[in-house]
Amino acid sequence: MMTSFLFRALDARAGIFLAIMAAAIILVPAANLLAPEGSAFHVPNYAVTLMGKYLTYALLALAVDLVWGYCGILSLGHAAFFALGGYAMGMYLMRQIGTRGVYGDPNLPDFMVFLNWQELPWYWYGFDMFWFAALMVLLVPGFLAFVFGWFAFRSRVTGVYLSIITQALTYALLLAFFRNDMGFGGNNGLTDFKDILGFDIQADTTRAGLFAASGVALVLCFIICRALTRSKLGKVLVAVRDAESRTRFLGYRVEHYKLFVWTLSAMMAGIAGALYVPQVGIINPGEFAPANSIEVVIWVAVGGRGTLVGAVLGAVLVNFAKTWFTGALPDIWLFALGGLFVFVTLFLPKGIVGTVSQGWTALRQRKVSAAYEAGSDVPPGAPPQSPGATANVSATKPNPTPSASAGAEPQPAE
Amino acid sequence: MARATSLLYLDGVSVSFDGFKALNELSLTIAPGEMRAIIGPNGAGKTTMMDVITGKTRPDSGEVFFDGTIDLTGEDEASIAELGIGRKFQKPTVFESHTVWDNLELALKAPRGPFATLFHVITGGEKKRIEYLLELIRLGGKRSELAANLSHGQKQWLEIGMLLAQDPKLLLVDEPAAGMTDAETAETAELLKDIANDHSVVVVEHDMVFVRSLGVKVTVLHEGSVLAEGSLDHVSANDRVVEVYLGR
Repeated sequence: MMTSFLFRALDARAGIFLAIMAAAIILVPAANLLAPEGSAFHVPNYAVTLMGKYLTYALLALAVDLVWGYCGILSLGHAAFFALGGYAMGMYLMRQIGTRGVYGDPNLPDFMVFLNWQELPWYWYGFDMFWFAALMVLLVPGFLAFVFGWFAFRSRVTGVYLSIITQALTYALLLAFFRNDMGFGGNNGLTDFKDILGFDIQADTTRAGLFAASGVALVLCFIICRALTRSKLGKVLVAVRDAESRTRFLGYRVEHYKLFVWTLSAMMAGIAGALYVPQVGIINPGEFAPANSIEVVIWVAVGGRGTLVGAVLGAVLVNFAKTWFTGALPDIWLFALGGLFVFVTLFLPKGIVGTVSQGWTALRQRKVSAAYEAGSDVPPGAPPQSPGATANVSATKPNPTPSASAGAEPQPAE
Repeated sequence: MARATSLLYLDGVSVSFDGFKALNELSLTIAPGEMRAIIGPNGAGKTTMMDVITGKTRPDSGEVFFDGTIDLTGEDEASIAELGIGRKFQKPTVFESHTVWDNLELALKAPRGPFATLFHVITGGEKKRIEYLLELIRLGGKRSELAANLSHGQKQWLEIGMLLAQDPKLLLVDEPAAGMTDAETAETAELLKDIANDHSVVVVEHDMVFVRSLGVKVTVLHEGSVLAEGSLDHVSANDRVVEVYLGR
């Protein structure tokens, strides 16, 4: 059961993606640590951290693509789950500082000493243990998403209304985390981290390790998403996206499906946040800003929604452009981002990956048709994709259309 | 007919929207294995009646029982579908970005929970059943095509196929011949008659030729309640029916 589940995740496109990721996970740290400085193959430290950050963004984009691209839930609040995962990791890192803080208090983080707090709040208990923090990275976003989704999906809140509530959710958390008495460092958030699992957080090897960990997390989540979307559950999700009430009248409990995939996606966003924080060295309420969540949606749209690979590609490309633009032309970055979104919406409605794979399918069909006209026996197959189709549907149908006379013989479905 | 021996039993069902009575003390009984045609002018409450039966709309008052004992007014769409009532919409509604095959696979009777579908592996029996349905709805050659690329009539048939895949006891079919050519309409009537051999069917239709070709008992709805019931000839002879259809 499990093997067939995972086996489904793999095909040519997933294979290419996984090969690239494996190469990156191995080569980037190796080129950073092994190649001598000044060599052409050396990857500088800042670049490793930067790329590690991109990978965590890519994981966040993957989580958004799962709910938006496949299930049609346009979340404009996914950065909230990302930030909550980040805070859980940040709390662990704060507890690791111990007596090395400015005030040297063995128990209380600096900001609590500064606020004259006498003892650790109860919700900080346990975060000195990595396993507990790691569990919270999953459970806190997961629990919030579950409760939120339970009410929203059961009340059948959909479309733009749901998007607006997700914005409200992340905005409410933003305001809450700004308050000093929440006990999460207020405006300044959590920072000044020293080490993680006993390794110096500034060390080259730790940074390379965090990059690799981000890559591995991305790969694992990708495989899970891929297996999920190619299972019958994935087909139900697309069915919900395209015709929700039809799905209901077929007997599927739409709210259960949405809740499942929504909670899973929030947990993935939490993992991304947890890997992001040690690499950038700070987590503050700014991560909850509504604009952040909207940016994630843009990454997914640029890469191609409903393609998974596209989400990763979009996140990396847009963030690379952002890094470059904010360095070279800081004033026009926001215009460039806005312009990019307008461009993609107008000219690449299926995103980069969606457009490329559509072009590829059309090209292949033209070839088959041309061969057929020239006298080959293989009739042209399925017509080009409809605009509503997910880009990876055509690739999963190796079953060439048999003639209607195939009778009652069982045919391979996939 | 008594409630206990009926398949579908509606008694005194009323629904109003903002004061407008869409259903007004509607009572209707369908026997097991029966095929029934429902006609009526626009706004007679035909679609609202389907909504009430399938759990989309809750009645303000009245009883709705399925299989003699199951109270449908407390159930939602998904559980009513699970109980064995399938519905075809007025406008053909299929999953456009899925292939014909996948549309049928999704509709096929199987556990509906997220975890059941997550680990679902299609069985030989299921494949045979889909093959059978593809033949029945004459879409065998289109199995790998996206439903979006089907013609209007083919979508209607695909939706009927999906209904059959659910293996329901009762099929509610809303205007199956809408937008079809005469030949397609005739074929659809044949298909429905085939289906009626081992299912109970309720057909809502405007097309009198179509209803006549079904040759079944007809119920005429008007302003949310039953105006007349009987054979098509019988109800056509009814003065009230003529009045309602032709205006006074």
